[in-house]
Amino acid sequence: MDLLLIFISAAIVNNFVLSYFLGICPFLGVSNRLEKAFSMGVASTFVMVLAAMATWIINNWILIPFNLPFLQYVAFIIVIASLVQFVEMFIRKSSPTLYRSLGIFLPLITTNCAILGLALLSALREYNFLQSLTFGFAAGVGFTIALCIMAGIREELDLAPIPEPFKGAPITLIIAGLLALAFMGFAGLISG
Amino acid sequence: MKKNLFYEFTKGLWNESPTFRQLLGMCPTLAVTTSVINGFSMGMATSFVLICSSTIISFIRKLIPNQVRIASYIVIIAAFVTVADLFLKGNFPAVSKALGPFIPLIVVNCVILGRAEAFAAKNNPLLSFADALGMGLGFTLALTMLGTIREILGSGTIFGFLTFEPWVVMILPGGAFITLGLLIGLINFLKQKANKPEVHAACEVK
Repeated sequence: MDLLLIFISAAIVNNFVLSYFLGICPFLGVSNRLEKAFSMGVASTFVMVLAAMATWIINNWILIPFNLPFLQYVAFIIVIASLVQFVEMFIRKSSPTLYRSLGIFLPLITTNCAILGLALLSALREYNFLQSLTFGFAAGVGFTIALCIMAGIREELDLAPIPEPFKGAPITLIIAGLLALAFMGFAGLISG
Repeated sequence: MKKNLFYEFTKGLWNESPTFRQLLGMCPTLAVTTSVINGFSMGMATSFVLICSSTIISFIRKLIPNQVRIASYIVIIAAFVTVADLFLKGNFPAVSKALGPFIPLIVVNCVILGRAEAFAAKNNPLLSFADALGMGLGFTLALTMLGTIREILGSGTIFGFLTFEPWVVMILPGGAFITLGLLIGLINFLKQKANKPEVHAACEVK
């Protein structure tokens, strides 16, 4: 029950993109085509789950016992960067098709603030291992949902008559704003 | 040389403003600008990290092997973020609390890594310092602007004088996106009206 709550909260109610503002860069950058958005979402989710596990282990087995929490940021970011590198190598070896379709998105994930944000938030909230794992997965799912909705809207937008100065980023931001408002409708779902 | 230095400094303030022109570092821009003070402190913290890391990276740019440069930059940046975080925690606990996880998230702010990769890695420390200072101030300016608009509309008073029904939406996440979208649209509009050649709306982040 506890895990379910974490899942719904992170995936929908407190959606990472639309209410925590994490991962805005890929959200604005790769949300113009649906397939691209979906691939990016899946790749990010994958890294998020791995990152949630790895950072939890590092934080609880190394940093806290040795009283080193001030190294948290450095440690987390190194773990995430090497994890992304590792995932990239693994996918390239095991599934070249997937590798080609994800292509340049993989290295970009390192600087996706959603990943580091996830690690920091779950450390801050003192989740246990299973909770961190759920949180990571849910955050990824939420990220994918937001990205796909946005991509769907933007595909339609190509045909809409938008005033010249608002083409591109401004209209995307305004739509994201409206989406965020819509997602607030879920806020009553869970308290806290 | 003198002029060049000046140019590197001023370009970040407006023409290549990281927020309005390059669309870098969006996450903190949107998340912390619920009030002027939050936006301003975030801008200052980011500027500090940006200036220190750009200068240091520029000093050691010839020592870093090309293959591991990104990782090295990130470690340098993370170190300075830790400094900024501890400083804020010690001296301004209220601000530190309000900004929450967004202080550590400066590590992955693309403005900083972007400047390191695009500028500091190729130029001497003095130029990199000027560039970082300009970009940092431009970022702070943008954040303060957004914070001001959102605070005024969201709280319903203008410096205590004019009072009107507050727009709650401005404080909520939706308001952040909409304000920034309108602001960028307005700036584009003014640019077009002034008929200046478009200063590359470069990073429609790939």
